[in-house]
Amino acid sequence: MWLTIVRRTLTAISGGAAALYGAAVSAEYGLNLPRGVTPISQDAYDLHMLVLWVCVAIAVVVFGAMFISIIYHRKSRGAKPAQFHESTLVEIVWTIVPFLILAGMAIPATKALVAMEDTTNSDLSIKVTGYQWKWGYDYIDDGVSFISSLSTPQDQIYNRQGKGDNYLLEVDNPLVVPVNKKVRLLITANDVIHAWWVPELGMKKDAIPGYINEMWINVQEEGVYRGQCAELCGKDHGFMPIVVVAKNDADFDAWMQAQKSAADADASAADREWAQDELMTRGENVYNTACAACHQVSGAGVPGAFPGLVGSPIATGPIEAHLDMVMNGKPGTAMAAFAGQLNDIDIAAVVTYERNAWGNDTGDLVQPSDVEAAR
Amino acid sequence: MSTATTHDAHHEEQRSGLMRWVFTTNHKDIGTLYLLFSLLMFMVGGAMAMIIRAELFEPGLQFVQPQFFNSMTTMHALIMIFGAVMPGFVGLANWLVPMMIGAPDMALPRMNNWSFWILPFAFAMLLSTLFMEGGAPAGGWTMYPPLVLQTGNAFPFLIFAVHLMGISSIMGAINIVVTIVNMRAPGMTLMKMPLFVWTWLITAYLLIAVMPVLAGAVTMLLTDRNFGTHFFNAAGGGDPVMFQHIFWFFAHPEVYILILPAFGIVSQVIPTFARKPLFGYASMVYATASIAVLSFIVWAHHMFTVGMPVTAQLFFMFSTMLIAVPTGVKVFNWVATMWKGSMTFETPMLFAIAFVCLFTIGGFSGLVLAIAPVDIQLHDTYYVVAHFHYVLVSGALFSIFAGIYYWLPKWTGHMYNETLGKWHFWLSVIGMNIVFFPMHFLGLAGMPRRIPDYALQFTEFNQIATVGAFMFGFSQLIFLIVVMKAIKGGEKATAQVWEGAEGLEWTVPSPAPYHTFETAPVVK
Repeated sequence: MWLTIVRRTLTAISGGAAALYGAAVSAEYGLNLPRGVTPISQDAYDLHMLVLWVCVAIAVVVFGAMFISIIYHRKSRGAKPAQFHESTLVEIVWTIVPFLILAGMAIPATKALVAMEDTTNSDLSIKVTGYQWKWGYDYIDDGVSFISSLSTPQDQIYNRQGKGDNYLLEVDNPLVVPVNKKVRLLITANDVIHAWWVPELGMKKDAIPGYINEMWINVQEEGVYRGQCAELCGKDHGFMPIVVVAKNDADFDAWMQAQKSAADADASAADREWAQDELMTRGENVYNTACAACHQVSGAGVPGAFPGLVGSPIATGPIEAHLDMVMNGKPGTAMAAFAGQLNDIDIAAVVTYERNAWGNDTGDLVQPSDVEAAR
Repeated sequence: MSTATTHDAHHEEQRSGLMRWVFTTNHKDIGTLYLLFSLLMFMVGGAMAMIIRAELFEPGLQFVQPQFFNSMTTMHALIMIFGAVMPGFVGLANWLVPMMIGAPDMALPRMNNWSFWILPFAFAMLLSTLFMEGGAPAGGWTMYPPLVLQTGNAFPFLIFAVHLMGISSIMGAINIVVTIVNMRAPGMTLMKMPLFVWTWLITAYLLIAVMPVLAGAVTMLLTDRNFGTHFFNAAGGGDPVMFQHIFWFFAHPEVYILILPAFGIVSQVIPTFARKPLFGYASMVYATASIAVLSFIVWAHHMFTVGMPVTAQLFFMFSTMLIAVPTGVKVFNWVATMWKGSMTFETPMLFAIAFVCLFTIGGFSGLVLAIAPVDIQLHDTYYVVAHFHYVLVSGALFSIFAGIYYWLPKWTGHMYNETLGKWHFWLSVIGMNIVFFPMHFLGLAGMPRRIPDYALQFTEFNQIATVGAFMFGFSQLIFLIVVMKAIKGGEKATAQVWEGAEGLEWTVPSPAPYHTFETAPVVK
C-alpha cells in the first residue's frame, strides 16, 4: 500500500503543474459564503461580511504599524533603540477599544441567533434521519417517507468515467419542500452522529442518535440546492449528499400526490407472491444502494472491516437469523437496522438476492409476507 | 552571578552510549530527547499530511480508500498535537526553564526521565494500529462516540495510548510547576521571570487541570464498548453529546496549552532582535492568565450545531469573543516592542514576525467563527481547517522553529547556517500560506472537512493547497539539515550569542555545560 502511495504521489506531482492550468475537471468555484435563499443564510452572510471588514480594518492598522516599524526601525538604517516599555494609558485604550468593537458585533449576532433558533409556527414538519451513509426523509403529516442516497456512479468516483456536473452532489430521491413556507426539520440519526447542511439554506444541525434536534428553513426561491453531511460519520462520510428541491405550492402538491400513489402501489404489491427473478432483480438494486458500500458489489466484504457474504453463515444459514440481521442490525458495528429504512418488498428482495447471488445457491425465496410476519 | 561549573565528580557517573540517554536525569539531556522525539513525530505526522493532500489533489479516489483516508486525518492530528507540538514545547521547557530561573536542574529529575520515556511507548502503540485488522483509528482525533466505537482492533490501543500521553503530560507539568515555584534563584521574583517561564507555568496548570478530564472521557469510551456501560448511548439512558462536552472541556484548554508557550517564545525573541525591552511585561502576564481562565468557559463553541438551548449558545458566543481582548493586548504589545527598536532579521526573528502576522490572521478567523450564526455555516468546513492550521502551524510550530533557531547556538555551541535558515523560513512561510489560505475559500464555498473526495467546484483551490503542502513539507528537510550541521560543527557561538539577548541562559558558556547554576546566581 505504501509503495503504491509513493509511486502514485510522484506521478501526481509531475502531472500537477500541467493539471493546474489544464483544469480538465472543474466547475465554477466560490470565494465567499453564498448569500443563500433563506432569511437565516442572509443573516449569516451579512454578519460574516461585517466581521470580515472589521477584521480587515484592524489588520490594516496593526500590520501597518508593524511594517512601518520593520521598514524604518531597523539597525541597518542606523535606528537607535528607544527604551520605553510601558504606557498605562495606551494599554488601557487598547483593552477597551477592542471590547467596544466586540460589543458592536455581538448585538446583531445575538438577534440573528435568536431568530434562527425560533422554530415555532411552522407550516410543515419533516423528519430527517441520518444513516451510514444516506438520509431518510419522513413527511410526518402526509405519511410519505423515503431514503435519499448518492446517485453518482462508482465508476465516476474511481475515475473510470468522466465526472458529471453535480459529481458527489446528486441523489436518487431529493428532499422536496414548498417555497415561502416555514418548514420545520426534526433531525435525528440511526447509528452515529451526522450533520445536515445545505449552505444556501444557511442552517446546519447535528443528527444525533436517540435525540431529536429542530431547525427551520424558509426557502424563498424555487430551485435545487445542494449540500453534504458535515459531521464525520465513517468511511463514506464524503458520499452522503443532500439535495433540496424547492417547488411552488401547486408543483409541491402534485409531487406529494405522486408520492402517495406510489406508496399505495407498493403496499398492494406487498400482498402478492413474488417470483424468484422478480425478487432477484429488485434485490440486486436494493443491495447495490443499501449494502454494497460495505459488503461490496461482489459480496466479498472488506477483510477486517466488513464481513463478506459469500458463503457466510448468515447468508447461507437459517432464514430467520438472516432476516433478523438485516432488519435489526448488529449493535456496536456499522451494520444498521434496515427494518425502518426499507419496506417489506425491498427487505424480502435483498435477502433473497443475498441468499442466491455469488454462488450462495440456497434456492431460498423470502416473500414480503415473511418480512411482515417478522416485524 | 555565579560562573557555571562543569565538574561531574560529585554527581552520578555519566554513562556513555545509549544508556546515557535511557537513564539520564539531566534536564538538558531530557530536553534534547524531547526535541528529537518531537522532530521525528513531526516528520511522521507530516508524511501523513502529504498522503492527505495527495489524495485531495484531484476529485475522485486516486491513492487511498476512504477508510484509510480517515485514519490519516485522525492519526495526523493525534501525532502532531500530542507527539510533535506538545513534546516540542516540553523539550524547550526542560532545556530552558532551569537555566532561565537559575536552577541547577528540574525539581523532580527521575520523574522527568520517566515522563519522557513513556512517550516512545505511547506512540509505538498508536502507530502499531496502522497494521491492525480494521485499520488505524479513523473516527477523528476528537473520538466522538458512537462513531469511535466502530473502530476495529485498534480501539483499546488508541485509548491506552491517549492515557499514556496524558500521564506523561501530567508528570511533565507537575515537574515544571514545582521547579518554577521552588527553585528560582535568589532575587528571581515572579514578576522578574522571563515570559517563557511565565507562560509555561500557566500552561502547566492547564495541563494538570484538563488531562485527567481527557483520561476520564476516554475511559468512559472504553467501558461503553467493552464493559456494558451506556455513558454515551442514548438507548441506555446516556448521551453522545455529553462526550463532546467533556472532550471539549479538555480540548479547548488544550488549544491554549499548544499556544501559550508559543507566546512565551515570541516574547523572548522579539525584544532580543528589536534590542528593546518587551513592551507591557505585566500586561503580558495578566493577558496570559486571562486567556487561561477564559479557556475553561468557552468549550461549547465547538458545538454550536449540536442543538444547545439558545441561551447556552449566546453564553459561549460572548465568552469566546471576549478572548479576543487579551489576545489583542498581546499582539499590540509585540508590535509596540518592535516600534522604535533597532531591528535585525536573523532567522529566529523572521519566524517570530511571521508568527505575529499569521497568528493574528488565525485570530481573525477565530473571531469570525466565534459569531454563532456564522459558525453554524462554517462549522466542520475547510474554513475551520484553515483557522486552526494558522494558529497551530504558523502559530505553535513557527514559534518552536523560532525558539530552536534562537537557542540552538546555546545548546550546540555552534551558530547554525544563516543562509539555510533563511531558505527554510521563506519556503515555509510561503508554502504554509499556499496550503492554508485557499482553505478559507474552500470552507466559505461549502467544502466539508474530513472528506477524501469532493465536488468539482472545489478543484482549483485544492490543487493549489496540495502544491503548497508539498512545498512546505519538503522545505522541512532543510530544517533537518540545518540542525544536523549545527550539531556537527560551525562557527563558535559566544556566551551571549545574540547582541540583544538578555537573561540568565545567556550568562553561561555556549554550549551550555552539562551542569549549570550549581551555585544559584543572584538576580538583582
